[in-house]
Amino acid sequence: MAGGDKLRNLGGFLSRLGAARQEEGKRPDTGSRREPEEGPLVASKALRKFLAYLGTRPTPILLDLGPVVGSNVTFFGEQLNCKVYIEDVFADLDRHARDRKLDEFPAFLSKRFTLGDGAVDGVLLWDLYDYLDRLSAQALATALVRLMRQDAALLGFFGSASHIGRGFTKFIVVDESHVRHRPYASVTVRQHAPQNRDIIKMFEGLRVSDSFLLQNNLREILFRKGGGGRPII
Amino acid sequence: MDKDVVNIGKSVVIKGELNGSEDLTVEGNVEGKIELREHVLTIGPHGKIKAEVFAKVVIVLGEIVGNINAAEKVDIRDNGSVDGDIVSPRVAIAEGAHFRGSVDMQKKPAAPAQTVKPEVKPAPALAQAPSGQRLAGV
Repeated sequence: MAGGDKLRNLGGFLSRLGAARQEEGKRPDTGSRREPEEGPLVASKALRKFLAYLGTRPTPILLDLGPVVGSNVTFFGEQLNCKVYIEDVFADLDRHARDRKLDEFPAFLSKRFTLGDGAVDGVLLWDLYDYLDRLSAQALATALVRLMRQDAALLGFFGSASHIGRGFTKFIVVDESHVRHRPYASVTVRQHAPQNRDIIKMFEGLRVSDSFLLQNNLREILFRKGGGGRPII
Repeated sequence: MDKDVVNIGKSVVIKGELNGSEDLTVEGNVEGKIELREHVLTIGPHGKIKAEVFAKVVIVLGEIVGNINAAEKVDIRDNGSVDGDIVSPRVAIAEGAHFRGSVDMQKKPAAPAQTVKPEVKPAPALAQAPSGQRLAGV
């Protein structure tokens, strides 16, 4: 390779490196190691409302039902000054599926949570509901409603028919309006795309505070416990 | 100048209470309680801890079963594993780390600083007890 070409290549490399560094500088410092940025970045409307509600609580208790994501823990901890309980129910579900013990999963869910009644201010359900059969979904909903304090919030994502058959997804919160969806390996796949009325019926004791249909056909529903009024959907 | 860092080797097993005023790296097994309130505790890749932990900074590359209370930061690295509750103003959990429990980053009023006096008091049958550490067998 000629000396001129080498210099041009080096110049191009340094220029790309500079641009990458500049981009990195724009990112908020979450205090944790940066994770690989795989998966689509999806706008979220309900997350901001969820955060806004929890922001009204002085020291909220948050229950995260997904796999541990370091940047999420940092994000919620710093944004909300909260205590986060990580209860990876996706892992529990996959373990039951691998062991061919899914028939025992509803009973397992009924005893899964050791927190007291009304102990939680917010629940991150993510898209767990889509992977559960009816009995498990009902057992989980009953347990969660019990754990939530009056007026607490629950954020859930619900897929459409096009999402059926897909495996688990990690939801990486980028900021209060964006979530990165990162698929990861699982035995379990999405079983169904529940109707809004079925979801609302399942979470008896909660009311729909806000719901949004995103461009990728994912529905975001923000529930609140108690209070009057009819569901908005 | 390098700070003093004491190592507890892979073959060492400690049961009891471990106090100190130096940074400490654990590659062996510790069961009981670890207090390094003004120093860094590193659990190396081979370290296995079954204890309540109090330190300024806790870095986990091995395994901890028990609650962690860190005045500054908890850092769970790749393949690090924590089963227990964490109380610390800053927590970093790497992709690939295992964590089960709760994370409390709530800002609380600062507690008065504690003075830790270095004390050497090796417990019987623990000949490898590093200087600056207090090992009280239980």
